[in-house]
Amino acid sequence: MTALPATTDKKLGLVIDLDTCVGCHACVTACKGWNTQNYGVPLSDQDPYGMPSGTFLNRIHSFQSQPEPVNDIPQLARTTHFPRSCLHCEDAPCVTVCPTGASYKRAEDGIVLVNEDACMGCGLCAWACPYGARELDQQAGVMKKCTLCVDRIYNDNLPEEDREPACVRTCPAGARHFGDLGDPESDVSKLVAERGGVDLMPEQGTKPVNQYLPPRPRDTLQAPEMTGEEDVLAPFLAPVAEEPKGLLAWVDRALEKI
Amino acid sequence: MQPAPSVIIFSTLSGAGFGLLFFLGLGMPVVTGGIAFGFYVIAYLLAVGGLMASVFHLGNKKNAWKSYSQWRTSWLSREAWFAVSALLCMGLYAFLQVFFATTVATLGFLGAALSLCTVFATSMIYAQLKTIPRWNQPATPGFFVAASLAGGALLSNNPNLAMVLLLVLAAVVAFHWWKGDQRFAEAGSTIETATQLKGRVSLWEKPHTGENYLTHEMVYQVARKHAVKLRVIALLLMTVVPIFLVLVFGPHHLPVALAVLSHLAGLFAQRWLFFAEAEHVVGLYYGAHTGKQTA
Repeated sequence: MTALPATTDKKLGLVIDLDTCVGCHACVTACKGWNTQNYGVPLSDQDPYGMPSGTFLNRIHSFQSQPEPVNDIPQLARTTHFPRSCLHCEDAPCVTVCPTGASYKRAEDGIVLVNEDACMGCGLCAWACPYGARELDQQAGVMKKCTLCVDRIYNDNLPEEDREPACVRTCPAGARHFGDLGDPESDVSKLVAERGGVDLMPEQGTKPVNQYLPPRPRDTLQAPEMTGEEDVLAPFLAPVAEEPKGLLAWVDRALEKI
Repeated sequence: MQPAPSVIIFSTLSGAGFGLLFFLGLGMPVVTGGIAFGFYVIAYLLAVGGLMASVFHLGNKKNAWKSYSQWRTSWLSREAWFAVSALLCMGLYAFLQVFFATTVATLGFLGAALSLCTVFATSMIYAQLKTIPRWNQPATPGFFVAASLAGGALLSNNPNLAMVLLLVLAAVVAFHWWKGDQRFAEAGSTIETATQLKGRVSLWEKPHTGENYLTHEMVYQVARKHAVKLRVIALLLMTVVPIFLVLVFGPHHLPVALAVLSHLAGLFAQRWLFFAEAEHVVGLYYGAHTGKQTA
């Protein structure tokens, strides 16, 4: 049954540090690389040499934010790279809408998964997700989503350091963290407490497990007001005459007459 | 949302078909023999034809039968159950009327109730989605049921009742548009709540240069000036023209048939708008709908 478990023993999830993420998309590539040849059907691409599109379980957006002025001093706009994937919500709306029982949330660790053998590809779960975490694979016609690399984290065949999601393992900036967010003593829970981790779209009532760490406040250095006296060389750098003179002027006039 | 023709055809035709079954089940009119056969052929073609159309948009059709398993939580599963029960129940009722000229009223009432439940369950598939604020309002089941009843009344040759129901439908649809235009702001999701970034936020760069399943399926935007025109066309074809035809030419076969065609054409336009105008909150991550945030 696609009812949600009342509680889960663990709340495995990711903590994503928006201050540290440099937007390199390495997690996107690692995710696609691992998941296209492990859990379930491959993540297909369509028309790769024309108008390409494809299935991804993790996508990086980049946003510009313009802070409000502080003491009437205008602040500089800033860029934030923003990885977006399944948040393994406690009240996952994608699970309860599923008519076939393919979508489920595991009672033992809270991971939200799709049993592709039962999925009929109606796409209703993708509609129910506010975060765009689910994509219907256009080749196989079944729903794909982040598995939290369930086939890595419990995999005794991998060296211990590799038993974490591919995106976390590969992130060169250390912007992604994996752990049990249900345990207040875990490293990820401490990190969330320390940095003020937040839920995305809390008004949707999904109670996401994954947490986002907001960018740290920047220093208050401002772009200097341009006065025209920034440099002793400034007067010498004044714009040159825009009207051509001499030989060039003659060429210009001659060409005009042709 | 992407207005997929299969889903628009499904919801419109099957709604009218179940509406007709509703009135036949109530004994409005009580029909037997050849006339009954004609009525039930139309009803089943519309209802079943619509259901078949909905199967076309499935990515993995071989698992469609599994959609009967999750009736405790899923409106889509409940819809499947109601549809099959209504069709079986009304099938038996129709069989007795057509071949034995026997009308079992209790069976008809049960079939009528199940038919209406099917339409309601269909509407709840959309109305339950908090992610699409325009659909997440009581008027969504309201107009689905009103459309089914109005179409059913026209098809079952209850002209006076049909005219009243067509007016009710127009009112509910108009209310749905009016309320729907405010729902996105009411729901309170903005690019700021989606990203939790401080200050005024805008999309700087998309994850990929091309389209993807999400943008194709859920970040569909319709030009507002076209929407207004289509709303007027929908109201005219759905309600005004059918009422005019029935009032002027009387409840005869040809004007009623034309009224039904006009009504369905209007409903297609209304249903197209229902999808095309619906704003999914995931669009916020793609820089869409920012003009519709809290004003």
